[in-house]
Amino acid sequence: MIKAGSKTLLEVKNLHAAVQVDGAGSVEILKGVDFTIRAGEVHAIMGINGSGKSTLSKVLAGHPDYTVTGGSATFEGSDLFTLEPEARARAGLFLAFQYPVEIPGVSNSALLRLAYNTLQNERGLEELDPLEFDDLLQEKIKVVEMDPRYLSRGVNEGFSGGEKKRNEILQMAVLEPKLAILDETDSGLDIDALRIVASGVNQLLTPDNAVVMVTHYQRLLNYIVPDYVHVMSAGRIVKTGGKELALELEERGYDWLKAA
Amino acid sequence: MTLESATREQCFEQLLLGKAVKSAGWLEAIRDEALARARDLKFPSERHDDWRLTDLSALLQHRFRPVDSSASVSLADIEKFLIPGTARLVFVDGSHAPQLSDLTQAGNGVTVSSLVERSGDAQLESNFARHAAYGQDAFAALNTRFFEDGAYIHVAGEATVPIHILNVATRRETPSALYPRVLVVMQANSRATVIEDYAGIGDGTTLTNAVTEVVLGDHSQLQHVRVQREEQSAFHIGHCAVDAAGGSVYTSTALAFGARISRLDLHATQRGEGAEVMLNGLALISGRQIADTHTRIDHAAPRCKSHQLHKCIADGSAHAIFSGKIIVHEGAAGTDAVQSSRNLLLSGKARIDTQPQLEIFNDDVSCKHGATVGQIDADALFFLKSRGLTEARARNLLTHAFAAEIIEKIAVPSLVELLGRTILDESMKGAA
Repeated sequence: MIKAGSKTLLEVKNLHAAVQVDGAGSVEILKGVDFTIRAGEVHAIMGINGSGKSTLSKVLAGHPDYTVTGGSATFEGSDLFTLEPEARARAGLFLAFQYPVEIPGVSNSALLRLAYNTLQNERGLEELDPLEFDDLLQEKIKVVEMDPRYLSRGVNEGFSGGEKKRNEILQMAVLEPKLAILDETDSGLDIDALRIVASGVNQLLTPDNAVVMVTHYQRLLNYIVPDYVHVMSAGRIVKTGGKELALELEERGYDWLKAA
Repeated sequence: MTLESATREQCFEQLLLGKAVKSAGWLEAIRDEALARARDLKFPSERHDDWRLTDLSALLQHRFRPVDSSASVSLADIEKFLIPGTARLVFVDGSHAPQLSDLTQAGNGVTVSSLVERSGDAQLESNFARHAAYGQDAFAALNTRFFEDGAYIHVAGEATVPIHILNVATRRETPSALYPRVLVVMQANSRATVIEDYAGIGDGTTLTNAVTEVVLGDHSQLQHVRVQREEQSAFHIGHCAVDAAGGSVYTSTALAFGARISRLDLHATQRGEGAEVMLNGLALISGRQIADTHTRIDHAAPRCKSHQLHKCIADGSAHAIFSGKIIVHEGAAGTDAVQSSRNLLLSGKARIDTQPQLEIFNDDVSCKHGATVGQIDADALFFLKSRGLTEARARNLLTHAFAAEIIEKIAVPSLVELLGRTILDESMKGAA
């Protein structure tokens, strides 16, 4: 929800970023992105494949494949690009991955506890032992209606696409980030899984945090209603509007918004 | 003569000067023969095909002498090596240490004792030195000549708890040669779990040259865990020969964590129809460590199964070697063999050599093998960092996960827990 005078969480100015492509050298994907996110807001970043929206989320999280070539991103007053990915996470930035990795041999609950305790340390709070953490986890899995059996499995090991996405939201529920970027969290989800994931995200929204949904389709936005919709094309945000912009895109497609 | 071969010769000559051990007539004859074989075989040279990748120069510069006095070791000294819920037989520098052993739980029908104590036992005499090929292996020959004592395990029925054979090497003033020995005899239809464990106290320059023989009777089942967690200053050469009768099931999990240079030759022969051999191996090394595992499985009878998974993880400038030979003999119809070598390189200076080899002298077989060498998965690493873990912690966790697949095959939960808590964390301190 938009509130007057709420705190700025993230301010991105004229962001340029490039990726190394075999045979083509450094290719610029982001060509001057500007947007600002305040506490309590829900943003959607939409656009066709290749418009740069997934790159934007990866660059903000610090993916090593991308190089920032210009512009800035300020997260709660600090220069985001001076921070390692782990420091960004500790500062309260969270990326829900489009393609969550499977890590056999590391149990889901052990990873969640390790990540949780790392953040507790950072915040100067008590770490939880396995039993205490299990109590916390039993509460958190209700947010995404997850079967507790998935906790003792390897991270995402043998999970279906929907279960993997739920697991991302479970991590978000445990880590309680200030800003969560959901990268195509709706892709590959059937309608029931979409409803559960969206309901999970809605439960986690507070006046102090914010969510950015990166998505191709309007569908997710029926469940998580955005305050702002940004349309990306050719590495820039070419239009920003309210939730009605998403409906307009659904009707008219993206062609009319192509960057000049 | 090159300097290298002169050093090799001097090191070996010193080993041949080991301390003669007085023993019964039948054994005396074997010891004499072993000495003669050792003299003929000499130290394997770098031209020896099975040794050409193994750089022994760090070992060759020492002159290892026999241990001539007993060390004083207390239970407190070895406490960190103890595995809860097991029967324990302890050897210190190759000598039986009854005061550190605890065999109260060993159970009925299970004999766990020192070899010397059971001298005269017909089962012992008929199996001892019949399987380890001291005629072809200089180290096995040296052990057979110079071993002082060892573990004898005879199982009829079912062992109620795992049997832990703990070999502890202590720090000596001069480099010392130790010759641990193990004989496991499984009667028909018997079942047991045996943990053969090599550890050290203090950073002594020791050469542990161990020989193990395992004899499985018809339809017996043995879980054999071998843990090599010696000091980084130690050298370890192990030889294990397994003879599997019809319908028997042998499962080995061999772990190499310690020692400057370690080598394991593991040779299993499926002698009877329908025998199953499962070999799981893990070498997890860093710094300048070398860990070399050579295995050989002989499918010598029809309808036998073998399944092997070996993993090497090398950090720093470490060098891991795996050579796995599977030989399917004529007449071994219906053989089912799967071998897989999976390797993880953690540094640009580390090296891993893997050589899976199949030799098939039969048509009616199903044999598969494969090998991969990889690095830490970049996507997994970024994912973990994006959850707040440091690079070092994330790499550590992924390495742990790669090793866990082998360690978790051990059917002794207290040992799995102990290894997870101690060895893995210890060996990855360098990464933190």
